[in-house]
Formats: sequence, structure tokens, C-alpha cells
Amino acid sequence: MGERLLTAVRHIGKVALLTGETVRFAFRRPFGFDLLMSQLHHLGVRSLSITIITALFTGMVLALQTAHTLGMYGAKLLIADAVSLSIVRELGPVLTALLVAGRVGAGITAEIGTMAVTEQVDAIRALGASPIQKLVVPKVLATLIMLPLLTILADFIGIFGGLIISVKDLSQTVGYYTQHVISALTFDDIFSGVGKTFFFAAFISVIGCYNGLNATGGADGVGRATTGTVVVASIMILVSNFFLTKMFLLI
Amino acid sequence: MHEFIVFKDVRKSFGAKQVLKGVDLSISRGETMVILGGSGSGKSVLIRHAIGLHQPDSGEVWVDGTEISRLSEDELMPVRREVGMLFQGSALFDSMDVFENVAFALREHTGMTEDQIGERVREVLGLVELEEVEHLSPSDLSGGMKKRVALARAIAVSPEGILYDEPTTGLDPITAEAINTLIRSLQAALHVTSVVVTHDIKSAFTVGDRVAFLHDGRMSFVGSVDEAQRSGDPLLREFLRVGSTAASA
Repeated sequence: MGERLLTAVRHIGKVALLTGETVRFAFRRPFGFDLLMSQLHHLGVRSLSITIITALFTGMVLALQTAHTLGMYGAKLLIADAVSLSIVRELGPVLTALLVAGRVGAGITAEIGTMAVTEQVDAIRALGASPIQKLVVPKVLATLIMLPLLTILADFIGIFGGLIISVKDLSQTVGYYTQHVISALTFDDIFSGVGKTFFFAAFISVIGCYNGLNATGGADGVGRATTGTVVVASIMILVSNFFLTKMFLLI
Repeated sequence: MHEFIVFKDVRKSFGAKQVLKGVDLSISRGETMVILGGSGSGKSVLIRHAIGLHQPDSGEVWVDGTEISRLSEDELMPVRREVGMLFQGSALFDSMDVFENVAFALREHTGMTEDQIGERVREVLGLVELEEVEHLSPSDLSGGMKKRVALARAIAVSPEGILYDEPTTGLDPITAEAINTLIRSLQAALHVTSVVVTHDIKSAFTVGDRVAFLHDGRMSFVGSVDEAQRSGDPLLREFLRVGSTAASA
């Protein structure tokens, strides 16, 4: 037990060190603009389709369920308010972050982990460059930029999914639904929803890079590291979401 | 003769396993030192210390007059520019083509223009006897070609020393022979200091000026190739006997 606790503390310490190094190298020249652009494409643009599909269907299901529940209290007219608030405050950020943890976090660990076990990470060092600058910084920055954008997109698509159900099944008008969405949402809702995603992005990318850099033992080791990233990042997202929600409610 | 790389009482453990138990070795400028040893004897670990990829638990590592064993990654940059390394599995960057692999250090460390980089890349690829491969991806190359590209990448910035980690392991005998010849010819052309880690006896005697035998975490023999062949050291004799039988089999 003591041993495991010690290992956990050691990992946390090393992740903190990696985070510090990443911040330091993020401001160091030369800035790898090309690397960042390719990561933005790789991590962000390629996550578009799963984000859209997930958000659309979640929005539609949410509308169906809330219509059912609210209907019992004769409050079906408030469906737009319920859908938009749930999506913007919680489901958009958390679901998108979980998807990105699965797709991007795992991808980061698999890529860097493969490089680590085939000595490519050492080769970067041996050639007088920094793996943090070449590998970690572009991935962390790309995730920090793309996750909030994907979340905003997921918010729109999710609300649109609710709209489809409201118009098709509940015979509300587009104008009525939209008006309710606009009046229900405040700046605080959007700020707290999108604000969280910067933290989620940092968890996903830093954990992904850390596990990749520390992968050992060939393909098997890379597989284990990849699974580790998805598990740890998902737990971090769900647990930190509680505390971040509390924090943003205080602001 | 001026010492280029010096290990002084280098000790290194991984977890509970002590791999290096006090290694002393001096490598002179311009010579080719072969470090022989069985698998898992720690010879790769040892040369990785020479560019700070590992740091010793205790002891000192000197490269060209600088003690590098306690330097930070940033402080190690000039050392790594001065000493290149050929990795066992070549370690070419999968995400880049051959040209970009070879150009990597040139882009990092020199202010060369694209034209100059292109010229230098073709020049070093010529030195390793490759042409028309610039736009191939590492996955399109054979094992021997990968080694050549990795070697071209290591010598692109004209280092003063080259570390070879098992340069012939995993290659067929003909290709291995070609790589040995290449190491020799680069030696003659570039006048660099070379350290070759291998368990391949034939390779050792082809490329080496001197031989060091690493056994159980310590150097049990250091001397010229001739001295190694005449050595009375029972462990080295056994290693050479079994090794040369295996090579001729």
C-alpha cells in the first residue's frame, strides 16, 4: 500500500515537472509553427466527425427525455431551456473531453510511446533537440486550442439536435425554440462550460505525452500506456469536472 | 594523445539491477574503440552516457575536456552536436522522409539555407553510398539502408565523434560487411573518433583500432586488436572463441 502510494506520488511529481517544462519550452524559440499546424489538423480537424455525431444524437436524446419528464409536469414548453443549459454547462464539455481523451489522448500516447520504444525520442535528444519542444509542446497547444473549439461546436450541434426533435416531434417552431435557447443561456453558462475544457485539454494532452514518453517494453508496453492514458484522463475529467463546476459557480 | 571521451568509475543501476559497476575507459581523439561484451552486459548503456542519454549514479564522464555527467538537457546540446550516435534500430523518424531525417540536425543547429541543406543532405547520403532515396519514407527502406540513412543523419553536422550502437546487429552477413567497410571508410574520410559497441567479433576486428571488453559491469580488458587476439584473459578468450566459431558457422 505504502509502495503504491509512493509510486502514485512520484508519477504526479513527474507529470508536474513535465507540465513545467512544457510551459518553459512553449515560449522558447524557434516556435514550431509547422508542427503546431499539423497537430491542429491531426488532433482537431480529424475529431470533427465523432464530435458532431455524438453531440447531435445526445442533443436529440436529451430533447426526447426532457420532453418526457417535463411533460409530466406540464412544462414541455421549457424544453429548449433544459436542453441548452444541460448541453452548454455539462454535456458539451464533458462528452467532448471524454471523446477527445479516447481519440486524441490515446493517439498521443501511441505515437510518442512508439517513438520512445524505438529510440526515436532518444534520437531527438541525441541530435541536440528537445523531445518536449518537438513532440510535447505542439500536441499540448493543439489540444488546448482544439478542445474548446470542438466543445463550442458540440454545443451548437447538440442544441440543434434538440431543435430537430422539438420541431418534428413536439411541433414547436424554430423561432420559438431559438428564442428560448437565447433567453435561457447566460454568458456565465458558456464561460463555465468552455472554461472547463482548457483544464480537460491540459489533463488529456499532458497525461498522453507523459505516458508516451515513459512507455517501455515494446508494442505491449505502448498498448498498456495507451490504455492507461484513456483511463486516467477520463477519470481526471470526470472527477475534476465536479471541482471545476464548484469553482465556476463561485466565480 | 589527447583524450576525447573518458569514463571514470562510472556506476549505473536500473532499479535493483546494477549494470555498470565502476567502468574506467579512455578513448583517444581519432581512434576507433570497439567495446565488446555479451548481450545485456551494459555496453549500450555505457556509450549512451557519452552524450548524456543516461547519467551515471556516480563517477564522471568527460567529453572533449568537459565533465558532462551532471549537465542539464540544455547544457548537453553542444556535446550532442559534437558527438553523433547511430542507434541500434536506426531510430529514423517515421513521420519524416529520408531527406527530412538527414536534415533534422542541420535545421536545428545551423543557419543554412534550404539550398545549402539540400546540398549537404545529398553530400552525406553520398558518403554513405546512397542516392535517389531522399523522398522515400523510412518504412520503404531495408535494414541496411536504414542504418546508412541513420548514419548520414548522425554525420550531417560534422560531429567530431560517432557512437555506433550495434551497427551490424540484425543485418545479413553481406550487408553487415558493407556497414563495416563503411565505418572504416568514414573513419578515413572524416578523421572522427569512433566508439563501436558490438558483440560481433568480426565487425570488432574489422573496424577497431583498440578493443575494450566489458564483463559484469567492468572493463576486463583494454588493448589493441592484436593484444586482444593474444590476450590471456580467460573470459575474453572464451568470448572470442565462441564468437568466431559462430561467425564462421
